[in-house]
This record gives sequence, C-alpha cells and structure tokens, in this order.
Amino acid sequence: MSKDNQVLEEFTSKEYEHGWNVNLEADEAPKGLSEDTVRFISAKKNEPAWLLEWRLKAYRQWEKMTEPMWANVHHPQINYQDIIYYSAPKQKKSISGLDEVDPELIKTFEKLGISITEQKRLTGVAVDAVIDSVSVATTFKETLGELGIIFCSFSEAVKEHPELIKKYLGSVVPMNDNYFAALNSAVFSDGSFCYIPKGVRCPMELSTYFRINAANTGQFERTLIIADEGSYVSYLEGCTAPMRDENQLHAAVVELYAMKDAEIKYSTVQNWYPGDKNGKGGIYNFVTKRGLCFGDHSKISWTQVETGSAITWKYPSCVLKGDYSMGEFYSVAVTNNYQQADTGTKMIHIGKNTKSRIVSKGISAGKSQNSYRGQVHIMKRASNARNFSQCDSLLMGDQCGAHTFPYIDVENQTARIEHEATTSKIGEDQIFYCLQRGIDEEAAVALIVNGYAKEVLNQLPMEFAVEAQKLLALTLEGSVG
Amino acid sequence: MTTATESIWKEILASSTPTYFEDGKEARKKAFAQLSEIGLPTSKSEEYRFTPITKALEKRFTWTRSTPASSAVSIDQFLPAIGDTHLIVLINGKFSKNLSQLEGLEANVVVSSFEEADSKTKSIIQSLIGTVSKTEDPFAAMNSAYFQEGIFIHVPANIQVAKPILVLHINAAQEKQVITHTRLLVSIEKGSSLSIIEKSDSLGTQPCFHTFTEEMIVAENAVLDYCKIQNDAGAAHQVSNTFIAQADSSRVNTFTLTLNGQIIRNNLTIQINGEQCESHFNGLYLVNGNTLVDNHTVVDHQKPNSFSNEMYKGIMDDQAKGVFNGKIYVRPHAQKTNAFQSNRNILMSESATINTKPQLEIWADDVKCSHGCTTGQLDEEALFYLQARGIPYASAKAMLLYAFALDVLTVVKNENLKAYLDQLISERLHKNF
Repeated sequence: MSKDNQVLEEFTSKEYEHGWNVNLEADEAPKGLSEDTVRFISAKKNEPAWLLEWRLKAYRQWEKMTEPMWANVHHPQINYQDIIYYSAPKQKKSISGLDEVDPELIKTFEKLGISITEQKRLTGVAVDAVIDSVSVATTFKETLGELGIIFCSFSEAVKEHPELIKKYLGSVVPMNDNYFAALNSAVFSDGSFCYIPKGVRCPMELSTYFRINAANTGQFERTLIIADEGSYVSYLEGCTAPMRDENQLHAAVVELYAMKDAEIKYSTVQNWYPGDKNGKGGIYNFVTKRGLCFGDHSKISWTQVETGSAITWKYPSCVLKGDYSMGEFYSVAVTNNYQQADTGTKMIHIGKNTKSRIVSKGISAGKSQNSYRGQVHIMKRASNARNFSQCDSLLMGDQCGAHTFPYIDVENQTARIEHEATTSKIGEDQIFYCLQRGIDEEAAVALIVNGYAKEVLNQLPMEFAVEAQKLLALTLEGSVG
Repeated sequence: MTTATESIWKEILASSTPTYFEDGKEARKKAFAQLSEIGLPTSKSEEYRFTPITKALEKRFTWTRSTPASSAVSIDQFLPAIGDTHLIVLINGKFSKNLSQLEGLEANVVVSSFEEADSKTKSIIQSLIGTVSKTEDPFAAMNSAYFQEGIFIHVPANIQVAKPILVLHINAAQEKQVITHTRLLVSIEKGSSLSIIEKSDSLGTQPCFHTFTEEMIVAENAVLDYCKIQNDAGAAHQVSNTFIAQADSSRVNTFTLTLNGQIIRNNLTIQINGEQCESHFNGLYLVNGNTLVDNHTVVDHQKPNSFSNEMYKGIMDDQAKGVFNGKIYVRPHAQKTNAFQSNRNILMSESATINTKPQLEIWADDVKCSHGCTTGQLDEEALFYLQARGIPYASAKAMLLYAFALDVLTVVKNENLKAYLDQLISERLHKNF
C-alpha cells in the first residue's frame, strides 16, 4: 500500500501543465453588472438595437432569478458584482491575415501546441480562435464559403446575418431558461456561429479554441449552430486555461438546431485550470448546452471529455422534437484533488419513435466529487421511444466520491427505457493480471482506464481523440488507487 | 399559504394529544416546531415532486376538529389466510384490546400499547423512541407531534418468536373522514428473531389520511422479517416512515405490497450501523384507477462489509402513477460494501406514468454498487407465442405479468405468507389488468 500512497501523492501533487500567463493588454469593462454594463458591452460591439433590447430583457429576468442550489457542489458564494463582464484583447480594426494578428496571441497558441499556421497546414481544421471573448482569426473561411457554410464569430454573424441570429438566438435555450443562461444572454461577449445549408455535408471538422486569459474575467461565450435540412456538421470545442488564483466564472451557452434529416456532432475536450492541490483557484464552469432535433430523422450527438475546472455544472441536452429523431450523449469526466463535477444530460422525447443513448463514465480521484445527474423524459405523445443509459463510476483513493442521480419520467406506455449504473474501484485482480504479465502498475492503470473510457473516446473525431487520450493519460499519471 | 393549508395548520395547532411519557409533551412540541419549519410539501419540494399529497389534504379533507369514533367493526374479512399468528388490531388508529389476540407469546416478549405499558416498559420506550427516526420528512414530524397510538414490541435476547405478529390497521370511514397517526416501535435484541406483518385496510368511501412512523431496532445477530400489505379502499391517503437500524451481523428482509389506495407514500430507511449485515428489501406495486404509489427508499451503509439488495417492481394501469426513488448511500468508511438496487416497471395504459430516480451516493472507494432501472411493456412475441398455443389474450397477459412480478417474493420466508401474497398478486393480475 505504501507504494500506492507514494504514487498517489505524486499524482495529486502534479501541477497544471498548461499553466502560464500571457500579458495581453485587455480592453475591459468596469467591474460589476448593471444595465449600464450590458449597454457598454453592446455598444462596444456596435450591436444593433434589437440585440441590445434582447440583452436588457435577459438582464431584467436574471435580476429576478436566484442562483440554483440543487447541484451537488459546494463553493463560496459568487459575487456577481466583482466580475469584469467584458474584456477584449487589443487588436487592429480589421484582420485579413495572420501576420496582422498580435504576435503575443500567436505565441499563446504556440505554447498550447496548436499554432494556427500549423493547424492550417497540417490538419485541415478550420480554427475559430477565441482569446478572451473576441475572435481574432478565422481560417478556411473561404473554403467553407464556397459550400455556402457560414462559420464565423458571433459578433460577425450579428452584423452579416442578422436575420439568422434574430430567428434562432434563444430558440433552443430561452433567455430565461436558467440563472446562468440568463446571465449569459445579458452579457455574452462573443462566440461562434455556424450555419450549414441544405444538403451540405461539411467537409472538415469545425473547431474553436476557448481560452480564458485576463484575471477576473468571466467568460460568456455563446455558440449557435444551425444545420439545415439534410446537412451534416461535426464541431469541436477544446479548452485549456492559464493558472489563476481566483476563481473564474464561465457561463457559456451552446445552442444546436437540427432540421429535417440533419446531423450535428458536437465534441468537447475541456481542460480548464482545476485549482491547485489544496482546491484553491480554478474555473467555475456553469454551462448550458442544448440541442434541438427539430425536424424528423434529425440527430444530435454530444461527446465530452471533462478533465478540468474546479467546478463543472453542465448538462448537454437533446430535445427530440422531430419524429424518428435521435440524441446521443457520451461523456468521460475525470476529477482529482478538490474538483467537483455535477454533469450529465437531459433527453426530452417529444416526437414519435425517438431514440436516445447515454453513456457516461466518471472517474474520481483525490478528494474530488463526481456526480452524474441526468433526466430521461418521455412525453405523452412520444410513442415507441427508446432510451438506453449507462453510467459507470470508477473510484481511486478513499476520499473521493461518486454519485448518480438519474431522473426517469415516463408518460407513454410504449416507451422502452433501460438505465444502469455501477460504482466500483479498479479491480485489484485486473491490476494483478497486468503485473503478472510484466506491465507496470502505472501502465496497467492507464490501460484499464483507457479501456473503461474507450466507448466514449471512440466517439471523438480523429483529430480530437489523440488530444483526449493524451489528456487522460496525463491526468491519470501515477494515480493508482 | 392557501386558505385550506391555513385551516390544516389551525386544526393541527388546536388539537390536543395525549402524553404517555414524562417528557412526551416536550418531544411533541419539538416535533411540531420542526413541522412548522419544514412546512407541508409543495410540488416544488424535491422529495414530493410527483406526489401532490398536500393538495389532496387541502381538497378532500375538512380540517375541523372531530374525534373519530371507534365503531364496532367486524375484522374477519380483513384477516389474511396465513395460518396462526399473534394479532394486534387498531381501529381508526386506536388499539383494540378486545379484537387483538396476544396469548401464547414467548416469555418476556412484550407487546403493548404505549398507553397501557407498565412503568418499566414505559422507560424502555422512552429511551428508544425517536432514536432511529432522524428525518426531514414533514409527515414524520407531524406523526411525532400528533400520534394518538403507539405499539411497542420488545423481544429480549435469544428468543425466536415462533408465530408472526400481525398488525392490522382498519380505518372505518363509512360516515366520516378519518385522520390517524400511529406509531410502531420494535426492538429485537441480540440473537432473537421476529416476523411482523402489517396490513392496512379501510371501510367506506370517505377519505382517510393515515401517517405511520415505524422504528425497528435490530441488534447483533438478530433477524427481522417485515411485510407490509397496503390494500385500502380507494380514498386512503397514507404516508409511512419506516426506519430500520441494523447492528453487526443482523439480517433484515422487508417486502412491501401496494394494491389499492388514493395516494400511498412509503419512506423506507435502512440504516446499516454494523458490519456483516445483510438486508433485502423488495417491493411490488400493482395499481390501477387513480392510485398513486410512491416508494422512497434509502439504504445508508455506515459500516464496512455489509450487503444490501433492493428490488422494486411495478405495474401501472389506467391513470395510475408510480413513483420510485431509491438511494444507496455509502459513507466514507463503509469499505467493501456490496449494494445493489433494481427497479422495473410496466405501463399498461396510455395514461399511466412512472417517475423513477434511482440514485447512488458513494463516498468510499472499495465498493461494488450498482443500480438498474427499466420501463417497458409486455413482450409482444411472448404474448404471440402463448396465443399461438391456444391461450387467450387475457390469460396470456396475466401469465406474463405474473412471471414479471413473482420474483420479488423470494424475500418472503414464511411459506403461508408467501402463498397468501402469491394468491393476492395472481388474483389482482387476472381480474384487473
């Protein structure tokens, strides 16, 4: 056991590898939130009046709401007046090429190992790089443009495609959906917008990198993806953040809208700063993600690998409105030290013959708490609905916790619902088996955990799978429980 | 607060309750303070999200003070055919000595109402009551504040009580509504064993509201078999809070069968306070009409090396609603715990619903815990297979439902009781589904 403890200690004392801080002179809003802040953000972004109105309406609703307390997480009260709601990296008025981008920004990407030029040349992934809330570079736009695909920053979309934004903004996640969604609706800074026209299959993985950079800056991203009839898109979102002492709030909103026969695949790798080993600092990640399968035979698939954040509060959901529509949720959530994760999904079956599948794998180590919270709701009209859910938890160390809170509400007799969950630690006999065959303990754990999470990792697109596997191996280095 | 809720409060405040013990009054006051603090549950209360009991209390009951009359009731029709038993009868929540049969109990075994207990027994009751019933449930607090009758069963060390004890509750609501609050306190000492069957029935069509608080303390190496049969008439509203505390190497088997009633809520809490314990708790709800049955179970593993297994099954027809909320809680030091839970449901009609929430809360790492939950309907191929062999549709359906339901009975050890339950289930499935 002493060896175990030693390795465990090594693991738990591991510092965040992606931690650094680039000094970008931020263009910040004053601290605090009021109608003036909302107006400031809107003015700063030269937004049309209708959007300002929309923001203000959201702000007024937010004022009336109270912070939800039901999640299985504990944190000091957030002072919403102590947050800077807008900050933008300094940039020239317009950018036509990478050479015009602040060289500091380029450096940031190089440190991350995702230099834009590299990405462009080698992988063919179009990157909409987001640093501190403002998109600074969008690549491969022209290639996508030829197909009629719109992939740009949110503010650009507001200027160039106001009719689409007007129609779909808030159509999946209403502004008053919940406390954090309302907050986001009021102060969202920027984000990504994507529209795939009828019958187009997006030829490349669309990707965006979020990074939180200036201290005390809440990050309020807003992503809207619309897949028109018969189209397909795979969207990747990956995150790393620099080391910080103070907790940072992140309340993003992601809306997916799939029309008839359309398919959206949304993958996330999240590796934000989780706080140090004493639980100090780290990101608060309170995200609202929801997809609407509006048309018949549409499909939305969420895949997430969550390794970071001090607190994660995230439930990517699918509203299966169209008949024969399908929702999927694949998740691996790893927590260590004092991290807390309360994550899961909602599958709302409204249309007939709708199907959903949930595979959630939680791994907790150190003193962390990992919860799965999910809902499967079969509405009265949703005949022949089918759901399969599986939530497994793996425990490493005797001070962590794994919890499962599934809600299954069935109002239609023809529904077939299966839910199963298990909690266990890595089998001693499994490790013993590997040891016998000359595989050392660490490699054995990596092997077992990777096998355990494989079902989910397999769902990630190639480009991401590598990163995710690396991340998982890194997080689990030396973690024998 | 609506006016109806207000009048409920007024009535509660005004009602006078007997005190059986020295500090009984204090305990009731405390419970009332707790109740006022928690308040009656609303549709927003997480624990009562799907169970609109407060609304039912407001709508169907008149909350003016009235003492329920204990009318003469013939109990024969309610006695289950399970062979020889000891019998405790409560009519409208009042212990009926005449109707009860307690002769032939093993020496030193005490069965008594709180009121009639001798001073020595009273002091035992006083030392045990409330010790295992820690809860936030408003109806448990309501019961603690207002219970009008309590039954105490005490089995001293190393006594195997041969015959089961049948506790029969009859609410006679032919003319007036009935509101009752009763308690059961059971203490089984080291190495003893006891089987309790609790059955509730009602007469008449007026609404009944009955809260039960049951505290059962099972000491080292003791065995408790507990079976609850809920077969009230359509207007019965019940909230049961059952607490079972287990010490080292004890064994507990519980079985809950719900067949009838308006709103039936069962809170079952098993506290595993010892090592090497074994607990099996099964349940079956076969409901139709407007019945709502809500089973909330918690198994709290506080010590290492214990085993628990839970299996609840349900069939809902007509507008019936099923609610299941099961929680396995493993405390930080309860290593090597094995805990399993399963909930299976069949919906038979368009308007029937099921809301289920099986939960795991695990704070220890070296455990094996799992839960499974399904909702579905009968396998059409199996139905077709039977029909193709000349079995009529209705019988084929009943046969399949019976097969689905039956394995929950494995937990019942008493053969007579098992046969009786089997018959109840099969009759129900052939007649009503």
